[in-house]
Amino acid sequence: MSRIGTAFAAAPGGKAFIPFITAGDPTLDVTEELVVAMADAGADLIELGIPFSDPTAEGPVIQAANLRALRNKVTTDDVFGMVERLRTRCDAPLVIMTYANVVYSYGIERFAARQAELGMGGVILPDVPHEEKEEFDKPFGAAGLDVVSLIAPTSHERIRAIARDAKGFVYCVSSLGVTGVRSKITTDIGAMVDLVKNERPDLPCAVGFGISTPEQAANMAAVSDGAIVGSAIVRMIGELGEACVGPVYDYVREMADAVHNVR
Amino acid sequence: MSNSSTSRGRFGIHGGQYIPETLMNAVLELEKAYDRYKADPSFNAELTELFNNYAGRPSLLYFAANMTADLGGARVYLKREDLNHTGAHKINNVLGQALLAKRMGKTRLIAETGAGQHGVATATAAALMGMECVVYMGREDMERQALNVYRMRLLGTEVRGVDAGTATLKDAVSETFREWTSRIDDTHYCLGSVMGPHPFPTIVRDFQAIISRESRRQILELEGRLPDAVLACVGGGSNAIGSFYHYLGDKDVRLIGCEAAGRGIHTKETAATISCGRLGIFHGMKSYFCQDEYGQIAPVYSISAGLDYPGVGPEHAALFDAGRAEYVAITDDAAVDAFEYLSRIEGVIPAIESAHAVAHAMKIVPRMEKDQVVIVTLSGRGDKDVAAIARYRGEDLHE
Repeated sequence: MSRIGTAFAAAPGGKAFIPFITAGDPTLDVTEELVVAMADAGADLIELGIPFSDPTAEGPVIQAANLRALRNKVTTDDVFGMVERLRTRCDAPLVIMTYANVVYSYGIERFAARQAELGMGGVILPDVPHEEKEEFDKPFGAAGLDVVSLIAPTSHERIRAIARDAKGFVYCVSSLGVTGVRSKITTDIGAMVDLVKNERPDLPCAVGFGISTPEQAANMAAVSDGAIVGSAIVRMIGELGEACVGPVYDYVREMADAVHNVR
Repeated sequence: MSNSSTSRGRFGIHGGQYIPETLMNAVLELEKAYDRYKADPSFNAELTELFNNYAGRPSLLYFAANMTADLGGARVYLKREDLNHTGAHKINNVLGQALLAKRMGKTRLIAETGAGQHGVATATAAALMGMECVVYMGREDMERQALNVYRMRLLGTEVRGVDAGTATLKDAVSETFREWTSRIDDTHYCLGSVMGPHPFPTIVRDFQAIISRESRRQILELEGRLPDAVLACVGGGSNAIGSFYHYLGDKDVRLIGCEAAGRGIHTKETAATISCGRLGIFHGMKSYFCQDEYGQIAPVYSISAGLDYPGVGPEHAALFDAGRAEYVAITDDAAVDAFEYLSRIEGVIPAIESAHAVAHAMKIVPRMEKDQVVIVTLSGRGDKDVAAIARYRGEDLHE
């Protein structure tokens, strides 16, 4: 089983809580502390964003975090360097979330090799759909890593083919539009997950986009295998700066508990 | 380099569909609709009617006698896309896409714009066809092109300022893609150049190919032979692909794309993608992009807002790889000189974008034989640029 698969299997109650943060926001040192704190607070898998100049799938909150990190001159090598330091004290399952050009520019094989060296699980690339995945899948697969597939409320009949080739877990995008907190999620997530499970009963599905409250997270986890939260945490980091670590720990703890207690 | 067997819309290794899953069914639906309507006689008849009786096509192929005599080399013809309704080639693509969107049952157009030319063209088509229209424009560009912003509003379009990133064209493109992911059912993204995910580079090229379909017939009538060279400016590359397309099989016709070098290709203030860029993946396509060593997209610069884009259409990237087309970089200085030159010698004020192609013609025409023939595409008219050129020359002129 891949590292991502193992992370889902190890989640309490079989439900994973997956927080996202942008590496280098506010600084890489704080990012390192945040990863340790979130792992301690019960995060089952952590999404680490490598900043990109033009994050086309992100709403304003995560866009701003990307720009803050880039203003700090954070590079792909800096992020890997931080993970290397982190690994001396924390073996939390990590997955990179970034854009195709960041990986492509680094060299797909070189990027995968570096991630494998650091015991990471793979990548989530929101601008690489099923049709373009193979170019990334092969080198990452050869390194024992997963390129995570996404499905959206508009995917419909595409879901079967996506699920068939999916690795690690399926990222279910809950709503139309870009990342960001939403007061309500209206998509029938259960139906999307069922389509995946019909094809691949073994494959975990986690839901992201729009989740910020423990209640939303629990509702999403009830019809899937986990909940992903980004903007709500990134907003706290943006507001609190270096003082964010304690409050993020408390928030992740509350969210992780809500997800783990779903029956 | 292996591409997935399922990948669509490739030009050599370039192109593809690098977009969020949320948009995949929308582009697949667009491709299906386009494949159906491009062969549909009633669709084509309606488009031809709009081209001829609304946009003012065919555009003239004008023999620039004064310029030819002055440069003392090849005979120079200007393909006058500047005489189209709304003053540029942009209307060709927009009428095609708006008509297609209507046939698909869409009631709303969204578009990006840099200088405002594509925004004005889209707003125009939306007004004509009774569609709702929203145009995204970088806040910086809105200030530089206040007149075009008002023009779009006059046409009934809502202009939304984009503050993200560098607040210029690339950010307007990103924001329009973001908007499209949130509202797909009734909305068509009317992309302005031969870029983005498949099928856009093909659709936009096909609608712009009217330029070379006409010029090929016109030059055969006027000169009884094909041109030796065809020149056009390249930002994303839509007027250039349109100018080149029907000559691609004529190996003796040199095809020359003129990129914006800005303050020079050895400075950071440039937008010459093929000269300075590297292979990458952005805005839905694999192509050449101006970027740093970690793949961060570079802020680009040119005096011409219409060429101020960090990427180039995938078909141009492939034509460059194959050696079928040449790409040269033209500085702001050379473009402004050409802007003034054509105004004085032919009484034609070209768009500053098109002036990049004129500048290269001024360089190569004197070295050519007198019986040779060159076609330069004047992609747009220069009225919009007058104040900016005056400021470039140190005059404090504001619209």
